[in-house]
Amino acid sequence: MSAALEVGAVVAEKTLTLTRDSLVRYAGASGDFNPIHYRDDVATSVGLPGVLAHGMLTMGVAVQPVVDWLASESGPGVGGWVADYQVRFTRPVVVDPETGAELTISAKLGQVDEAAKTARVDLTVTFDGQTVLGKAQVRVAWA
Amino acid sequence: MSVNPDLAGRTFPPVAPYLVGREKIREFARATASTSPLSLDPEAARKAGYADVVAPPTFAIVVQESTLQQLLAEPDAGIDFSRVVHGDQRFTYTRPIVAGDELTATLTVAGVKSLGGHSMVTAESVMVDGAGAHVVTAVSTLVVRGDE
Repeated sequence: MSAALEVGAVVAEKTLTLTRDSLVRYAGASGDFNPIHYRDDVATSVGLPGVLAHGMLTMGVAVQPVVDWLASESGPGVGGWVADYQVRFTRPVVVDPETGAELTISAKLGQVDEAAKTARVDLTVTFDGQTVLGKAQVRVAWA
Repeated sequence: MSVNPDLAGRTFPPVAPYLVGREKIREFARATASTSPLSLDPEAARKAGYADVVAPPTFAIVVQESTLQQLLAEPDAGIDFSRVVHGDQRFTYTRPIVAGDELTATLTVAGVKSLGGHSMVTAESVMVDGAGAHVVTAVSTLVVRGDE
């Protein structure tokens, strides 16, 4: 155990840009080849404002700052891992072909149980000034 | 066509076991902007007490995908894939997935709800390892948009 774990403390923050390349790479890695994630014409034909990031890609990148925190000096302790992770997909992330989409991730301690060595980390993920994941909660545990 | 409410409670046959590869974990880690040595470097993973590289927390979706295909292909499901939107997702782990795991996933439809012309189908995929021990349960809610 390193620093005290205080509810409300921001344990990780990150800004990253998803590009069309990111979406193609994720399609290959995940096996989700829905063309709304890489073809403008298909996205437009089904009434979308543009090519969207996979919700699962947003969910996947959003938890990485927590994974890094768990392994860091400032983390809760050795052997930290993600035991439970849930999100609600509330808004689409439109990925511009030239500039991509900038996501901002903030991870805050929502609940701590020092005796059980578990904590709940609440994620706020924003794109274009609005949150895109609802009820984004990560339950972490350590040894 | 609308979603068949009788789907609720239905359990599908287990899908063929999925062998988790080291390079697949690395590929998925890179695709989700992971820089964790535990997911990329077998030596770092072993030092931390794991048998091999550790999958990122959302990796189970790769295995869950084949169970969702079973659901979408069910002849009486009434799910029009072009109208499906991912509503929410949850992963509950007993332990992390590591390279070398052979995971067998079994899908159960936990519930079907109607809400304002839309249907919400909650699909729960339970994954066990080669020894039959629980590794992760992945729960997806698919929102099937009604006719507009």
